[in-house]
Amino acid sequence: MIHIQDLEFGYDHSDFRLSVPSLRVDGRERVAVIGPSGSGKTTLLNLIAGIFIPNSGEISVNNVQVNALGDAGRRDFRITNIGFVFQDFELLDYLSVLDNILHPYRITRALKISKEVRDRAMALAEQMGIAKYLKRRPGELSQGEKQRAAICRALLIQPQLVLADEATGNLDPENKTHILDLLFASLDERDATLLAVTHDHDLLALFDRVVDFRQFRTSGEESD
Amino acid sequence: MIDSLYIAWQYVAHNRAKAAILIACITLIAALPLALESLLDESERQLTSRAVSTPLVIGAKGSALDLVMNTLYFDDEVPELISMAATEQVSASDLAAPVPVYARYQARGFPIVGTTLDYFEFRNLEIARGRPLAVLGECVIGATVARELGLKPGDSLVSSPETVFDLAGVYPLKMKVVGVLHKSHTSDDLAVLVDLKTAWVIEGLGHGHDDVTKIKDRSVILDRTGGNVIANAKLMQFTEITEHNIGSFHFHGDPAIYPITAVIALPNDEKSGTILRGRYLQKGANYQVVEPDDVIDGLLENIFQIKNVLDAVIAVVAVATVLAIILVFSLSLRLREREINTIFKLGCGRMTIARLLASEIAIIVLISGALCAALVWLTRVYSNDLVRTLFIG
Repeated sequence: MIHIQDLEFGYDHSDFRLSVPSLRVDGRERVAVIGPSGSGKTTLLNLIAGIFIPNSGEISVNNVQVNALGDAGRRDFRITNIGFVFQDFELLDYLSVLDNILHPYRITRALKISKEVRDRAMALAEQMGIAKYLKRRPGELSQGEKQRAAICRALLIQPQLVLADEATGNLDPENKTHILDLLFASLDERDATLLAVTHDHDLLALFDRVVDFRQFRTSGEESD
Repeated sequence: MIDSLYIAWQYVAHNRAKAAILIACITLIAALPLALESLLDESERQLTSRAVSTPLVIGAKGSALDLVMNTLYFDDEVPELISMAATEQVSASDLAAPVPVYARYQARGFPIVGTTLDYFEFRNLEIARGRPLAVLGECVIGATVARELGLKPGDSLVSSPETVFDLAGVYPLKMKVVGVLHKSHTSDDLAVLVDLKTAWVIEGLGHGHDDVTKIKDRSVILDRTGGNVIANAKLMQFTEITEHNIGSFHFHGDPAIYPITAVIALPNDEKSGTILRGRYLQKGANYQVVEPDDVIDGLLENIFQIKNVLDAVIAVVAVATVLAIILVFSLSLRLREREINTIFKLGCGRMTIARLLASEIAIIVLISGALCAALVWLTRVYSNDLVRTLFIG
């Protein structure tokens, strides 16, 4: 699913350098990425998603060399193949929960909104237990409900890969396990792969594999 | 599909207080100069058209502007009074037809204009309901007066005392409304037109009371010598002219010295007008003659000078407002940096993000534009009445 080879990356505006000689994640695998703060975990997710371009090396997702695509190609690839889940949920406070879930379909020509998409959004919300909150604004939801809405948004495009950046970082312990259970169940249904950055060592047992960032060579401190 | 407008509308609707302030700022700054322009155009049209149709005005020496504003627009700034002799003088010259005007009193906020039936003909005033003036104590009201006071022929209208605390002053006269004029879109819409004699009754120069020769109450009589009877202040004067008491109304003194505010002179031809003007320009002339057109031109010149200053002020305020709006948008962008970053991460292109933000601005500008158009349209629709209320009075 993900294949990284001889990756070298550095920000223009800082002395941070990331070097990943090799990393491979197979399809349907659930991989946790751990490491000290500022070591480049989020940068790696952004590189895999095609938001950043490596200085050298190769990043392939589902046999597509992401870093060889142009700007529009990377955007289209990202929005149609990769689901993003953020630590702070990043829901838009002026949209209803349903509109937040449908948001990827409203911001690109690569996806077309349809009745089937709406039905899928409803089904996902039902599955995540937030169906009754679809007309509410994110500000009216609890932290756990917000993250469930964010997961619905990530899964609506039926991604083959989900990138989660400390997705449980703002949740209480009970919610953390519950949300991960829901996420894993959804991924199972869709045969999707998960690469999740986490600081929570209690959750590592739930993953198939753990990638410790200390094995990669980094210098400086990740600023993003 | 990119639903930029939908998302932008959701943003604007969610931040409705901020949006409302922006919309109000843009609307006002855009509508203000346009509405002002419209009002000034209308005021110019009204002032000029009435001035052009009034060849000459003869009045007391003093402010020509006050004289014209009172005679043409019934402004409440009353010029120094002249006597009916001025009318006779014009008539005797055989150079022009005189139309006396006495615009001094008011009834419920509207000017009472004492004049003759010639005035109706001169101004082409047509009766919409009722009939023209016929006898003492009647009035014909303008269309606006009728609408605002809810009056129709057969109703009554009472003149206002000049000052409430002046016991010796003018007593109110209850006038009978006999006609309502068609709307003329001029100051006549706001006038209560009466016969000159009715105006003099309001002034107290003419009055009606019981026949003192037949009064039995001795306390009313001061002196009785032969056929002459002198009554005291106890004698009740009529405050309404009816068919029963109209016969008792009479005037004291020489009508030639009765007051008026001006005489509109309608020269027989251009030459007659020039000769007439020449007579009043001579040294020792008691009155002044003015061409309303010239006076109004002078006034408009001043108005447009003020308008130029106003335009400059509005332009500066507009620039300041636009800068403030740009600041608001740029601060808003800064506050929304994280949101923009998120939708970019989701896969949204920079052009789409720009389109989303542009849609928000477009919605605000469109709403402002629509409100501005509505305000300007309303100003244009009501400009006639607004101009007379705000500028002409």
